[in-house]
Amino acid sequence: MSEQVPILQVKGLTKKYGEKIVLNGIDLQVEKGKVIAILGPSGCGKSTFLRCLNGLEEVQGGDILLDNESLINKSTKWREVRQRIGMVFQSYDLFPNLTVMENILLSPLKVQKRNHSEVEAQALELLERVGLADRANDYPRQLSGGQKQRIAIVRALCINPEIMLFDEVTASLDPEMVREVLDVIAQLADQGMTMLIVTHEMNFAKLVADEVIFMDKGNIHEQAPAEQFFTNPQTERAQQFLNILQF
Amino acid sequence: MTFDWQYIVDALPHYKTALWLTVKLATIGIILAIIVGMVCSIIQYFKVKVLSQIVQVYLEVARNTPLLIQLFFLYYGLPKIGITLSGELCGIIGLTFLGGSYMAEAFRAGMEAVTKSQIETGKAIGLSNLQLMRYVIIPQAFSYSVPGFGANCIFLLKETSVFSGIAILELTNTTKNLMGIFYKTNEALLMLVIGYLIILLPLTLFLTWLERRVRHAEFGN
Repeated sequence: MSEQVPILQVKGLTKKYGEKIVLNGIDLQVEKGKVIAILGPSGCGKSTFLRCLNGLEEVQGGDILLDNESLINKSTKWREVRQRIGMVFQSYDLFPNLTVMENILLSPLKVQKRNHSEVEAQALELLERVGLADRANDYPRQLSGGQKQRIAIVRALCINPEIMLFDEVTASLDPEMVREVLDVIAQLADQGMTMLIVTHEMNFAKLVADEVIFMDKGNIHEQAPAEQFFTNPQTERAQQFLNILQF
Repeated sequence: MTFDWQYIVDALPHYKTALWLTVKLATIGIILAIIVGMVCSIIQYFKVKVLSQIVQVYLEVARNTPLLIQLFFLYYGLPKIGITLSGELCGIIGLTFLGGSYMAEAFRAGMEAVTKSQIETGKAIGLSNLQLMRYVIIPQAFSYSVPGFGANCIFLLKETSVFSGIAILELTNTTKNLMGIFYKTNEALLMLVIGYLIILLPLTLFLTWLERRVRHAEFGN
C-alpha cells in the first residue's frame, strides 16, 4: 500500500433539498489512478453526489478535499476546480452552435488561455483516439448519439483534468452505441485516469472499476473491490440489487 | 371606377421618397430595438439588482401605451421642458422604445429555451458567466428568437404608419397629404398599399427563409 494522500477525500457529505435528505453523510477516499464505479437504484443520490463534487449542487454539510484542500468554503473558485475535475453528462450536450473542434477548443482557449496550435494538436490526437478525427469540422447535429458522447468526453479531456466524473454517460444511447463509448472510458482506465463512474452497465463496472460503491437512499451501503462486490456482495440490499439485474 | 394613371405616374416620385424614408426609419428603429431588447432581456436573465426593476417598469410602460401617445410625448411634450427633437428622430426613438420591449420579450423566451443541461455543461468545462452568455446562451437564444424577431420586424414596420401623427412624410402621411391636395383618393390609396407590399413581401419571404436556415444550422431540423 502506498502512503500517498488520496487525491479526493469526501467526509460526511450531506445534501438536502428542503427537508428531504438526498445525501446522508457520504465518506469516500479516492486515490490517484483509481476507477470507482458508483452503482445503485434510481434516485439513490449517485448523480447528485457527482454533481456535488463539481460544484453544481450546494451542499449542506461535510467536506470535499481535493489534494487536501477543502472545496467547501466561500473562497472556492469552482471555475478552477472544474478544470481539474472534468465531468461528462448523460445528455452529452455539445453546443449545437459550434463545430466539434470549436466545442473542444472552447474551454482550453477561452478559459485556460492556452496556445491554439498546441491545443488543436492535442484535440486531434484525442479525436484520433476515439476514432472521430474526420468529424472535427462537423456540427453536432451531423453526429449520432454515441459519436456526440465520445466528443463530449474528448471535450472534457482536452482541459487536462486530473479526475473525470461520468454521470450515466451511456444511459440515453442505443445499445449498439453504448459499446463505443464504454471502450473510450475503458481506454482511459488503462491510461491511469482517476475516475468516478455512475453507471447501470454492470459488466462494464466489473471490468473497469477497481472499487465499487453501492448507494441507496443517500447512503453508501457497501464499498468493496469490484471483483468481491459482484461475486460476493455483503449487504442484503446490494444482493437484492444485483439479483434484480440478472435475468 | 376609372383610374387616373397619369396622376399615378406624376405622384410616383413622392411615393419613392416616402418609401425610402419609411424603410430608413424602420430599419434604424428595428436594429436599435433588437439591441435594446437583447440588453434588457440579459439584464432580466441575470436579475441584475436595480437595473432589472428599471427594465421591468420600462417593459410595462412601453407595451401598455400606444405608439401614437409615445410619439406625442416625444414630439409635443418634450419641447415643453426644453428638449426639441426632429420628427424623424422622434420616430426612431419611439419605434425603438416600443420595439425594444417586444424584442426583449422575444429574446427572453429564446434564452429560457436554452436548456439547463447546456448551461451546466458550460459551467462544467469552466466557463465564466460572461463566457457562458457569449458562446452558449446568446447564440442559441438568438436562433430560438428568430421567429419572434421576424414577427416583430413586420409589426414595427407597419407601425411606422403612426409616424403620420407627427408630420413625418412616410408612406401613410404622404398619401394623406396627396389626397388632401388632389382628391385622387383611389389612386393614392392603391399606391399606398403597393408601397407597403413592396417593402413587406420581400421582408416576409426573407424572414421565412432565414427562420428555416437558422433552425437547420443550429438544430438540424
